[in-house]
Amino acid sequence: MALLEIHDLHVRVENREIIRGLHLNVNAGEVHAIMGPNGSGKSTLSHVIAGKPGYEITGGQVLFRGENLLRMEPNERAAKGVFLAFQYPVDIPGVTTMNFLRAALNAQRKARDQREFSTPEFLKRVREVAGSLKIPHDMIKRGVNVGFSGGEKKRNEILQMALLEPSLCILDEIDSGLDIDALRIVASGINALRSPARAMILITHYRRLLDHIVPDIVHVMSKGRVRKSGGKELALELEACGYAQFEDAA
Amino acid sequence: MKQVLAKADAERATDDIFAEARGRLPGAGPVPQIRARAFDVYKRAGLPHRGMEDWKYTDLRALIGEVLPLAPQPDAQALARAKVSAKQVAADQAVKLVLVDGMFAPELSDLGRLETEVVVRSLREVLETPAAVAMAGLLLSTTSDSAISLNAAMATDGLVITVADGNAVKRPIQIVHVATGLSVSTYTRSYLQLGKGAHAAILESFVPAEGASGYQANDAIIALVGEEARLSHIRVAAAASDAVNISSAIMAVGARAKLDLFTMTCSGSISRYQGFITLAGEGTKLSANGVNLVRDELHADTKIVVDHAVPHCNSREKFRAVIDDCGRSVFQGRILVRPAARKTDATLTTRALLLSDQAEADNKPELEILADDVACRHGATSGALDDALVFYLRARGLSEKDARILLIKAFIGEPIEEITSQNLRDFVTAQAEHWLQARR
Ligand SMILES: Nc1ncnc2c1ncn2[C@@H]1O[C@H](COP(=O)(O)OP(=O)(O)OP(=O)(O)O)[C@@H](O)[C@H]1O
Ligand SMILES: [Mg+2]
Repeated sequence: MALLEIHDLHVRVENREIIRGLHLNVNAGEVHAIMGPNGSGKSTLSHVIAGKPGYEITGGQVLFRGENLLRMEPNERAAKGVFLAFQYPVDIPGVTTMNFLRAALNAQRKARDQREFSTPEFLKRVREVAGSLKIPHDMIKRGVNVGFSGGEKKRNEILQMALLEPSLCILDEIDSGLDIDALRIVASGINALRSPARAMILITHYRRLLDHIVPDIVHVMSKGRVRKSGGKELALELEACGYAQFEDAA
Repeated sequence: MKQVLAKADAERATDDIFAEARGRLPGAGPVPQIRARAFDVYKRAGLPHRGMEDWKYTDLRALIGEVLPLAPQPDAQALARAKVSAKQVAADQAVKLVLVDGMFAPELSDLGRLETEVVVRSLREVLETPAAVAMAGLLLSTTSDSAISLNAAMATDGLVITVADGNAVKRPIQIVHVATGLSVSTYTRSYLQLGKGAHAAILESFVPAEGASGYQANDAIIALVGEEARLSHIRVAAAASDAVNISSAIMAVGARAKLDLFTMTCSGSISRYQGFITLAGEGTKLSANGVNLVRDELHADTKIVVDHAVPHCNSREKFRAVIDDCGRSVFQGRILVRPAARKTDATLTTRALLLSDQAEADNKPELEILADDVACRHGATSGALDDALVFYLRARGLSEKDARILLIKAFIGEPIEEITSQNLRDFVTAQAEHWLQARR
């Protein structure tokens, strides 16, 4: 059984069909890349998997370990191991990153009938992970993403991912807004999380990310559907020829 | 259903109430006369109504119609019920002083734990002693506000708390006001005097006993904060959901003193807090903050008037309202900078969070600046919870309810953070948490 199975998914937003018969299978241990032009529905797909309200599912199935994901609340999905690193992470003034991380981690552990972490255990874990991502401690004590630069917000997403240890990581343009050094740090943070039990979906516009995190499979998405799938060399081909050739394929 | 009484009827009823109560109102020497004068002032104006600018959003004449009869002296059974509520609301480490239905209840209070740096007497006792009668005019002072005049006329008891020059009281003093009655009114008045350089923290809690209902509580506190003194005054009002609470604070702050005020209203059919703060000495710092938590069809009105009377004073105000269901919150923050008050530095922000479509917020900062060379800023906003934030938290594992609670806590956190004592901050946070958890 694949970790994630998406079968003939159709999604409407405000009466416009954005996802139009999408198929995708992701196995544990695999890294998939999804590339595609602006507006092709990549973020919409990631939101639908994470459970964001406001999307009308008009057809198809999304199964996670064989369970119908679409019937679960977003927090249930998170507790089962689905994680979305947002393309545009929001600021939460008044909630420190520290409190936010603790609330999230303990809510998930509680949902899985695991014991909550003690404060020292938790602090130790946060320090370790933050250190490896070169996130200064004072940033964690500030409001979530408040006053963070674009790159810092992306690093904060990876911090959350590393701490929550999900089994499906969807990273929506995690490379946008990162300078060369930050990209390297974030990529090594992501690579460190690669494991046979965990799958990743990288949504990106740039091959550069895929030089750091080498995918097993690359998909080209256009107009709400996967138009072509291939190995990592597909990314190179896209860079050379653009998306036009895939618009009406498949 | 109770209809609004014609004004004349209401007045006649009120007249009767004063006449009936008179024999039970403490006070020697000039006190009865002072009361009668205060009552006349009240009678001329009548219950506060929307024709009065200060009461524009809380028309008591329309909302409550009449003043209820004075609560009887609490009997043993009432005291026993009050004891339970007072215990429930007791703050950690605070020294409790309990007022039940407008009467000081020493047997429910921690008089034995009072520090020697503070002197506490009951208002009743002070008004009855011939020596203290000189203070009566101050103790029962009034303003043009008719609710305060009514309070002066009718006050049955309260606390007179004095801290001498240089004394620091370490433990907070918690005045617990418990109402046990049905359809009665209570009037309490307290007086607080801090000498030069004195320190104290006063926490006031308003709670009903189990079964109390439909009562009207009218409280006033008068505080004189001496030069270089530090006073924290924290108030948490949670009247019964069909009861009325009117609390007035009149405070004057001396040079280089610091006053930290915090007020939170979390229940009560009609709640009104009005603070009149005069910064009377140069170099004074005021931090005045508050939260209204309103649900169902309840109504909470907070008015704070800061009077910058002299130069070089600093005032900071942060107010937040969270309104659910058909609740209504009013915040009026007035800053008056008198012509002499050069170099005044005053800021006020007020924000309302509307949790339902029917929730209503009136958010009114008013600046009246009559001096030059001042820095005054104010801001007012209102809006709903941001769905994108709620989803972000849910996507990380929080349930929708917990996500909303976390965001609301963050919203009200700013004024609560201004409470300097960790202990009292935790107390207020716990009360707010209680309100949040009760959300459906
Ligand atoms: N809430 C919404 N209301 C209306 N249209 C929407 C909404 N969300 C998405 N869309 C539309 O759906 C289409 C797909 O958007 P989506 O954000 O999924 O694209 P994307 O592939 O992630 O693009 P990009 O590469 O620019 O991030 C776009 O045309 C967008 O305008
Ligand atoms: Mg996108």
